[in-house]
Order: sequence, then C-alpha cells, then structure tokens
Amino acid sequence: MSSNGKSTSPLGLRISATAGLLFLHLPLFFIFLYAFTTEEKSFEFPPPGLTTKWFGVAWNSRPDIWPPLYLSLEVAAIATALALVFGTLAAAALSRAKFFGRETISLLFVLPIALPGIITGIALRSAFDIMNIPFSVWTIMLGHATFCIVVVYNNAVARFRRLSGNLVEASMDLGADGFQTFRHVILPQIGTALLAGGMLAFALSFDEVIVTTFTAGQQTTLPIWMLSELIRPRQRPVTNVVAVFVFIVTLLPILAAYYLTREGEHTGGTSK
Amino acid sequence: MTVALQETRRGIGGTISDVFFARPQLLTFLLLTPPLLWIGVVYIGSLFALLLQSFYSLDDFSGVVIHEFTLSTYQQLFEGSNVQIILRTVTMAALVTITSAVIAFPIAYYAARYARGWKKALFYLAVMMPLWSSYLVKVYAWKLILAKEGVITWFAGALHLNWLLNGILGLPVIGGPSLSFSYLGTYFVFVYIWLPYMILPTQAALERVPANFIEASADLGADPGQTFRTVIFPLALPGIVAGSIFTFSLTLGDYIIPQIVGNSRLMIGQAVYTLQGTAGNIPLAAAFTVVPMVIMALYLWMAKRMGAFDVL
Repeated sequence: MSSNGKSTSPLGLRISATAGLLFLHLPLFFIFLYAFTTEEKSFEFPPPGLTTKWFGVAWNSRPDIWPPLYLSLEVAAIATALALVFGTLAAAALSRAKFFGRETISLLFVLPIALPGIITGIALRSAFDIMNIPFSVWTIMLGHATFCIVVVYNNAVARFRRLSGNLVEASMDLGADGFQTFRHVILPQIGTALLAGGMLAFALSFDEVIVTTFTAGQQTTLPIWMLSELIRPRQRPVTNVVAVFVFIVTLLPILAAYYLTREGEHTGGTSK
Repeated sequence: MTVALQETRRGIGGTISDVFFARPQLLTFLLLTPPLLWIGVVYIGSLFALLLQSFYSLDDFSGVVIHEFTLSTYQQLFEGSNVQIILRTVTMAALVTITSAVIAFPIAYYAARYARGWKKALFYLAVMMPLWSSYLVKVYAWKLILAKEGVITWFAGALHLNWLLNGILGLPVIGGPSLSFSYLGTYFVFVYIWLPYMILPTQAALERVPANFIEASADLGADPGQTFRTVIFPLALPGIVAGSIFTFSLTLGDYIIPQIVGNSRLMIGQAVYTLQGTAGNIPLAAAFTVVPMVIMALYLWMAKRMGAFDVL
C-alpha cells in the first residue's frame, strides 16, 4: 500500500532525510550566534548577553587579521589561475581522445584529492627540503594549485563530454582554423563550467589548511591564523567574526558555481 | 586549382590547425603535456621523495637523518604504540564510513526518488553548501557545541538527561572529561564533516536506478523490504563505495580534527605531523604516510572493481 504511491514518500524516510539535513546545517548556526556573545573566555551556552562590538574589534583593533587575509587572497588567486589553465588542458585532452593509458592518467588527476591531504603536504615539504627551496607564497601556491587543478578538471571534463564533436568538425569544415573554433565554438560552451570550476577552486584554496601548514613555513594564511586561534584562543568571539566572514567568502562562489552549472547537470540526471 | 585552395586554411594559425586536424593524437599530446608534467613532477615527484625518505633512518643519539637505505624505520612502524595508532585510526575511519553511509542513505534516497523541481535544487544545495564551506569553520562549530560549558551540556541539563551524558562520558575508551576531549566527540565531527562526500555519490547511483525496476519488483510480489535488499541496495552500492573512498581516506589522514576535538592519544595524521615537526623524524613520518597510501591503493583497486568510479 505504501509502495505504490510514487510521489508521496514514506514518513520514516521523510523524517530521517530531514533530520540528516538539519544535522548538516544546525551546527553552523552556532558560529553566527557566538559572534555576538558577550562572553570571551569560554563557550558558555546560552550566551550571557548579546553584543555587536566584536565586529568593530575585529575591524579596528586586531591588525593581526589583515596580513593573513591578503596572503590567502593572493594564493587563492594565483592557484585558481594556474588551475584553470592546466585543468582545462587536461580535460580537453582526456575527454576527446582515446589512447593507451588514458584511464591511468584520469586516475592520476584525481589522486591529489583521493589521497589524504596530509600526504600531499608532507610530500611537498620533503621535496622542498631536498631541493632546498625556501618557503614563500609560491610554495603555498604550488600545493594549492595541485588540488585546484583537480576541481577545474572535474568541472570541465563533464562539460567537454557533452560538447558535440560534430560542432567542432562543422566549424573546421566551414573554414575556421583551430583557434577560431576554440574562440567561437568551444569556449562559449565550456565557459560557465570553467567559471564554476574556477570559483570552487578559489573557495577551496582560500580555506585550505591541511596542506598549507606543511608548505607555509612561518607564513600565516587566514585558515592558519584561525587554527592557531582555535588552539590558543585570545578573544573567542573575534575568531567567530572571522569565521562568519570566511564562511560567507566561501559560500558566495559556491552559490555562483551552482547557478552557472545548474542547467544540464540537473535536468540531465533526472528521468523525465 | 581553386578547389585546392578551399581545402587549406590561411596564415600560420591555419597551417597549425591543419597539422592538428590531420594528426589529432599530436594535439592530445600537446594539450596533455603541461598538466601531466605538473601533476607528474610536482605531485608524483614529491610522493617519491617522501617514499624515499621512509627508507632512511633517524640516528637516535644525534637526531640526524642517516641517508642510507634501511628497513629499520618500517620495523619501528610495527612496534607497540605505533601499531596502536594505526589500528585506532583505521577503526575510526571504518566507523565513520559506516555511520556516514547510514545517515547519507535516506537523504540521498529522498533526493533521488521523491524530490522534484525546486525541492530537488534545495536538496542539492543543502548538500553542496556544507561540502564546500570552510572546513575549519565547521570544526570550530563543533568545538562550540561539544565544549563542557557548551550547547550539548545545556540541552542535557534542560532535558534532565545529565545522568545520560555523564554515563556516556564515563565509558572507557570513548569517554573523557567532556565531549570535546573524547573519541566520541572526534567521531561526531568526522561524521559531520565528511557526510556530504557520502551523500552525493550515493544519490548519483540512486538516480540511475530505473523506476520501472522498482515497479517490476513490486509487481512480482516483493514487499518494500525485499525490493530494497535485492534491487535498490545492490544498485546503490557502487555509489556508497565511491563515497566511502572519501570518508575513509579523509579520516585516515586528518590531523586537525583530532587535535581540536579529541584526547591526547594520537591518530596517524597527528603522528605524522608531530614526527616531522617537533621530533624531526622525517623517515618515520614518511613511513607512517605509507600506511594510508597502501590502504587507499587497495581500497581504490577494490572500488574500481565494484564500478564505483562510474558514479564519481
């Protein structure tokens, strides 16, 4: 009786799905709440009072926040730019041709996110040690670009697979050279996927801490700053203010990426 | 003569295009070389550098790394406390994976079978947002929730369940002075952080189960439970396995979560971090990272055989 109604779901399923989603979202609410608490020495719940002064404190009297923020933005921008180039090239090559070893190479491009981040981190660090490369923005960027390539690659490869080879052939038959074809036929079709991949890569890099602790040396990115505040808290609500900021900075690219790729990926998946 | 002109393109760009058009393999090769060099040199190269380190050893007295081939570091890996660390981490990874699969399934199933239109978009976003949003912020949220003076304690008090909370904290091994200093707390945070990685592939696999399979199963007299066990679950399994690659691998290597929420007994990630940092024992740290690498290699091999890569 309960199995033949396709549009109505069993009550138990609905409850457990809703509970699961609540579990995913409720904890973040507390980050926001504690940004307004008057208690700065402990995580007392419920907060003894509410205040907005921590936003002012973070903005005016904590100069230690700004350099890490700029460094994170710089690294994320460079890593994303590099990842866009390399990820697109890899996706273009691997989606169109069939050749020996293609599967292995595809696996290779997923490896940086399939293996735990700590392995990437310590591997890069020991390579820097061996080659006597001093820590700099570029060592951080090197690590970030490696997994950002994977993100761009994943986004682009899905779009390339749906790109019809006929269009490219038609363009070439009509006299366009390869560059014109790329500019006028391929790029308009993969553009949004690249933009989405780029934004996700940016969000990922901006927020990365596991690999960064190994490749940063004495430099402090914003996530490293947050980590040290978590271990040795000073003004706990200020950490929350920064956490709210980081949350929003990573959320906006995610929403934009979703908006850019929502047609196709979605309607294509469902049976209608 | 004019016919021949139509067939060729003008300029250098045209000539290059013609070359690539005639030899598509060459284009593939040229496209692939830069990214492959990057991943090959930067990533794989570093992995080899790391592997190499694990065959060196640390001189116990001088604290200097001896650059000579030896297996003694691996021998250390299988001594008492180190084996404990490995077992502890693998057990945690397995429990986290199973729990995530159980919590993820109803969400994925609802999203794949019943959600339509805006609801479907909402479900998708509701999973994507926590997946991509800041890792540290999410861990921090749990620090607030699990702290001794924090949210859970207050709720337990309000519901007169203090005896239950204290009972759980009093349990051997998984308990501790408060949830934020216990294995139980670490386990909650792991499940929370990696859950979206499980939902998405499970949902992708469930989307591919044809609706008429389920109808056919019901028509042939199976009750919903039987349909689930014999039709839906086997078809969803590759998706669950694909998700478990992430939940398992990420738990194996994480050193931040157990550092912020957890007790003083180490997990593999923390061992690696301390060994390479303060202890300066890079060889043993490298040998430790080989453990998740080997486990993940076996895992990926098994997952590939189960068709898990098709859902990724």
